[in-house]
Amino acid sequence: MWVATALKSVYAKPVVHLLCLVPFSALLWAAFNDGLGANPVEKLTHETGDWTLRLLLITLSISPLRQWTGQAAFVRFRRILGLYTFFYGCCHFSIWFVADHSLDLAGMIEDIVERPYITLGFSALMLMLPLAITSNQAMIRRLGKKWKSLHQLVYLIISLGVLHFVWLVKADYLEPTIYAIIALILLVHRVGPMKRFSVKSFLVAR
Amino acid sequence: MIKIKKRWEIQESEVTPESLYLRRREFMKAAGTIGGALLLNPWAAAQASLEIGDYKKKVISLDEEITEEEDATSYNNFYEFGTGKEDPKKHSKRFKTDDWKIVVSGECAKPGAYGLEDMVKPFPVEERIYRLRCVEAWSMVIPWLGIPLGSILNTFEPTSKAKYVAFKTLHDPVRMPGQQRSVLNWPYREGLTIAEAMHPLTILSVGMYGKTMPNQNGAPIRLVVPWKYGFKSIKSIVGIEFSEDQPLTSWNMAAPREYGFYSNVNPEVNHPRWSQKKERRIGEIFKRETLMFNGYGEEVAALYDDLDLAVNF
Repeated sequence: MWVATALKSVYAKPVVHLLCLVPFSALLWAAFNDGLGANPVEKLTHETGDWTLRLLLITLSISPLRQWTGQAAFVRFRRILGLYTFFYGCCHFSIWFVADHSLDLAGMIEDIVERPYITLGFSALMLMLPLAITSNQAMIRRLGKKWKSLHQLVYLIISLGVLHFVWLVKADYLEPTIYAIIALILLVHRVGPMKRFSVKSFLVAR
Repeated sequence: MIKIKKRWEIQESEVTPESLYLRRREFMKAAGTIGGALLLNPWAAAQASLEIGDYKKKVISLDEEITEEEDATSYNNFYEFGTGKEDPKKHSKRFKTDDWKIVVSGECAKPGAYGLEDMVKPFPVEERIYRLRCVEAWSMVIPWLGIPLGSILNTFEPTSKAKYVAFKTLHDPVRMPGQQRSVLNWPYREGLTIAEAMHPLTILSVGMYGKTMPNQNGAPIRLVVPWKYGFKSIKSIVGIEFSEDQPLTSWNMAAPREYGFYSNVNPEVNHPRWSQKKERRIGEIFKRETLMFNGYGEEVAALYDDLDLAVNF
């Protein structure tokens, strides 16, 4: 089957790397070509924030994809996707720290403490840190069973991330609602009957 | 990303005739070339959009760099044309403001439906360079063209019961597609106390950057109250009502904890969800300090002597 072949191909990982870098490159290009509009800082902050959430949702859809399609090879890309999520999250945070707070640590901490949506966003990023550090093969081996429980933090992270978005919106909740619904589907999948659903058995049953 | 801004070039040499030429553009031109027959055409009675002729230059100015016109006309909050910053420019291209009427009602001696041209024609148009501070913590410096609101309001002869002035934006989901979603409770409403409305800094603006008001900035006529957050400066006005009671205002209706009736720019009173201490001037990277009353304290602070601004935010 061509999907299986593609997933297992030696080119698959480089392709995923390249795809993950497309938004970053596009933003970089726009930044140097006056393509970010009237408020470039806001644009960069929003775009890197959006991509953090999108990549996290894609990372979370790996397990369901594997179960629904029966293609175990999807799991090969989970670490890459998770690390790029962390990368975009760091970009998002850095732009805010540099441009909104002019690297003023005290001002930044005040903002984190006083503004609930920032508290949530910052917590989500901080929780990603141990996951990024323990994402390599050696750590997986060393932590054994504990690794799995540690990485279940991702469910908390996505919830915080989506709430962070919902909470900062002024009136138009359409976009954060879309993220929230997708996140909810992916979370429900892990506890509900969807967990046992697979395309193959669905087709066979018919 | 980093743009080098040109200094605003001042044309001081000009003599400034105090008249605004309001022309019936295409129709009168057509009438002139094709002949008198067109004058009988009912279309000829329709008024085309306002055209700015001469105006008094720099009646009020600022020693700050003017925001680039491209930025001021492509980064807008005008939910009637969409909630994204670039939406208003994109979705207002075909918005027609011909034959614009403003209904004046309430506590005044001369209520009625006034044509835009009739309303503004008696007054010279002035250029006023003001700071604009959005509640979202960004700001611009814009050369508006307008007329003091007080001069216009006086022609309607408000009565002693007129304690407030309420404004309404056009409600027409076909012409303003953003109104097809109930993001806010349409039509957009705003209001001022009569003292705020009569304050010499408050203007009704019909243009900016020496030109007719672009659709995305609130054509054909909008309010500009420079010491208040931008959302108070209501766009595309079709209604003015004098009232005894404080009028309802859209953002206050949407989130009363976050947006008060006064909404004066105030770095000491934070928005419940974000700080108002600093702002990003469009064209700059780092934030600057926000000024009390957006820097117009000397002129307007006396209006609020008896008010606790932390309560009446």
